[in-house]
Amino acid sequence: MTEATTTTAATRKITSVKDLEKLRREHKAENDKYPKQVMVCCGTGCLANGAAQLVEAFHKALDEREIKDFEVKAIKETGCHGFCEQGPLVVIEPKGIFYTKVKPRDIPEIIEKSIESDEVIEKHLYVDPRDGKKIECYGEVSFFKHQERIALRNLGKIAAHSIGDYIAVGGYQAIAKALTKLTPDEVIEEVDQANLRGRGGGGFPAGRKWRTCRDVEADEHFVICNGDEGDPGAFMDRSIMEGDPHAVLEGMMIAAYAVGARRGFIYVREEYPLAVLHLQKAIDDCHEYGLLGENILGTDFSFDIRIARGAGAFVCGESSALMKSVAGLVGEPREKYIRSVIKGLWGKPTVLNNVETYVNVPVVINKGAKWFTSIGCENNSGTKAFSLVGKVRNTGLIEVAMGTTLREIIYDIGRGILNDRPFKAVQTGGPSGGCLPESMLDLPVDFDSLTKAGSMMGSGGMIVMDDRTCMVDVARYFLQFLVSESCGKCVPCREGLYQLHQMTIAVCEGRAEESDLEKIEELSDVVVKASLCGLGKSGPNPVLSTLRYFRDEWEAHIREKRCPAGVCRELITYTVNEKCTGCVACITACAYNAITGEKKQPHFIHQDRCTKCGACVAVCRYDAIDVA
Amino acid sequence: MINISINGRLVQAEEGEFLLTVMKRNGFKAPALCHHEAVEPYGGCRLCMVEISKPQWKGWKDLVVSCLYPVSADLEVQTDSEAVIQERKTVLHLLLARNPHTKEIKDLAAEYGIVRSKYQEVAEPDDCILCAICTRICDAMGFSAISLVNRGHGREVAPPLNEPPPDCTGCLACALNCPTNYIKYTDNGMTREIWGKTFEMLRDPQTGMPTITRVFAEYLTKHREIPEEYFGLGDESHRKRTARNFGKIAAWTREETVREEA
Repeated sequence: MTEATTTTAATRKITSVKDLEKLRREHKAENDKYPKQVMVCCGTGCLANGAAQLVEAFHKALDEREIKDFEVKAIKETGCHGFCEQGPLVVIEPKGIFYTKVKPRDIPEIIEKSIESDEVIEKHLYVDPRDGKKIECYGEVSFFKHQERIALRNLGKIAAHSIGDYIAVGGYQAIAKALTKLTPDEVIEEVDQANLRGRGGGGFPAGRKWRTCRDVEADEHFVICNGDEGDPGAFMDRSIMEGDPHAVLEGMMIAAYAVGARRGFIYVREEYPLAVLHLQKAIDDCHEYGLLGENILGTDFSFDIRIARGAGAFVCGESSALMKSVAGLVGEPREKYIRSVIKGLWGKPTVLNNVETYVNVPVVINKGAKWFTSIGCENNSGTKAFSLVGKVRNTGLIEVAMGTTLREIIYDIGRGILNDRPFKAVQTGGPSGGCLPESMLDLPVDFDSLTKAGSMMGSGGMIVMDDRTCMVDVARYFLQFLVSESCGKCVPCREGLYQLHQMTIAVCEGRAEESDLEKIEELSDVVVKASLCGLGKSGPNPVLSTLRYFRDEWEAHIREKRCPAGVCRELITYTVNEKCTGCVACITACAYNAITGEKKQPHFIHQDRCTKCGACVAVCRYDAIDVA
Repeated sequence: MINISINGRLVQAEEGEFLLTVMKRNGFKAPALCHHEAVEPYGGCRLCMVEISKPQWKGWKDLVVSCLYPVSADLEVQTDSEAVIQERKTVLHLLLARNPHTKEIKDLAAEYGIVRSKYQEVAEPDDCILCAICTRICDAMGFSAISLVNRGHGREVAPPLNEPPPDCTGCLACALNCPTNYIKYTDNGMTREIWGKTFEMLRDPQTGMPTITRVFAEYLTKHREIPEEYFGLGDESHRKRTARNFGKIAAWTREETVREEA
């Protein structure tokens, strides 16, 4: 790993705010020296697409060309932009030229045209999927244009693992301000006034949590950062930890100062190796610079952070299970009649916040509560990051102001549904969230509205579905995830979700009876009421929300033994209709020889051999295969 | 001391005491499968749920597991309200689907008028109700030889890697406290077998009967500072020895009295 920007800065302790300011100027001057900077996204998505090879190729090509007046150093391995499907991404500053899907072989041309001169290479530009226009600039891309980035403010802008870069963009100014100008109570007051609500899904006000924790008398307090993002398809926290680890540390420091903690833990799942690596590097750098340890910035505040790695159990995202896991025990939740703010890690008062919440804290301290509440909507200030996935044209990591409608997210940022198919539902809140139908598209996305609509904010997963998605099948899928991730401690969750899953499978396979629907609803109700932790309490949500908005689909499965979306294999048949031109494409595609027919003659599907895999539908260009 | 009301009756309790303890002390019942006096409450079976409310809650009610709920002043508890019964019945149906042949579950279900589970029974049922009493007691003994493995529906009690557990001392705390007698062990005279491990027993020289396992005796001698010879004796020998000691004390007392009178 080349630490490009910090090599000239002497590695020495920062012992006062003055030192920090001096260092900031130094690093900023170092960065400004270069007329052009190349930012290569090195988030996990882009790395998988070959970003590391890209960086190597850049260095090699620049070396070969022996560009002297044009310093090579300004190549930055940044964090994730969130637009992973277009990766690897390259941004050339200061103009912000935005290249997508760059290959190592494209590098010489990019250097020649876009770095040595100011030309833009058209073929690497992003093409808007809706109007086909080529977009030159980073900020003009539809995906980024409609976003408002606070938590993701530094992603793609600074070298992910460089403390110098973070300091250069104003990093650690908030902790400096808190330590020298504010008392712990004032810090809490500021966060409280900003109404910063827990971004992990619960939406509990962070300020109130901190105050409760501070007011508990104990010989030690702890702060923990929850980086156990377990929702399938969600990667907000992962990207932040990988691309802006110092912001997480700074947020935790401020929390620690506010509640009087001396030790903190970051709980990260082992499945996030890059996050672990970058966080550890950030912690080591902070030790070296004296930003962690004894007497930080010359004050009497001492604080240290350690990484606790988890094995990736979904239930360990639950606060009490997480704390058990940090303490080295099996991650099982406990009953929280006594909250963990009062009796948490090792029985001590503990503040647990999500990665995204911590990252917001420095901004709140720097810019003030008034500024923060001006963003978002009533009682839901600030922004929220989502991972927008599913059947939309632009997928990826986004951050929008609270109160943005689902329509704006899906149609402005996401650019609408793939292949112009009709929108059917959007699933928010991860596996235990809910599905919202088209009539809810104008719902503002905030904690309270989503909960009222029967879904939830969760940690911010957002899966868009088109008309070819069967909602019973969706419920079955998420239940399957929850059944295998339930810890098994309490009966309603362990046995209840299992039985719900079994009954949903029966519906999908056409084995269910009219009375089963009632049974499903009754059992869901008990599982919600009687389960021990949040996993069980929200476990039946996939069933309940699809029953609320798509009841007709459930009933079609049960009464008519029919899957309207054509997904549930046991209930559908594939037949050729009169549109068939006899092109033999489907005959070639069928792996089971279930389709026969002559060229230019209508084909025929033999039901006894058909496995309903859908390969024929995928290749047919004439819409000649009916699924019903 | 604070006052709380259970089913309309006022009872006294210590602030922060667990509700189930207060209920039991005052003769109120709630079924509880995972509760055991020797270990911390667990909150796993969810059968001891009761309905609570407070005057200041304006009619709002909540279902809580009484084994873990710390009582506070003015608490109003209903141990058998409609919501509670409905919850217990559903949980019993679920348990019965997992353990359809287990006597303890069947008996409890019958008390609530349930004969057969309305849910799909598991393919190969056994008698383990996953109450975790065995593993918690093993932890409390200081061995942690067995544990709950796997997640969710596939959960089971097992020694590490399903091999004879190295830390097991054959103390039988797990087997003797298992509410459904699911954990099996065999005593073959001078050896004992449990969890696939065979233990040598100590012999009482007076009766010739086996007492406890040698490993367990060694452990207790080392960690609990109980004299080694104590374990060489069985219950009967201990009783005899105690009786002899009492006899001696009685004799001394008599002699003392005689001397004082003289």
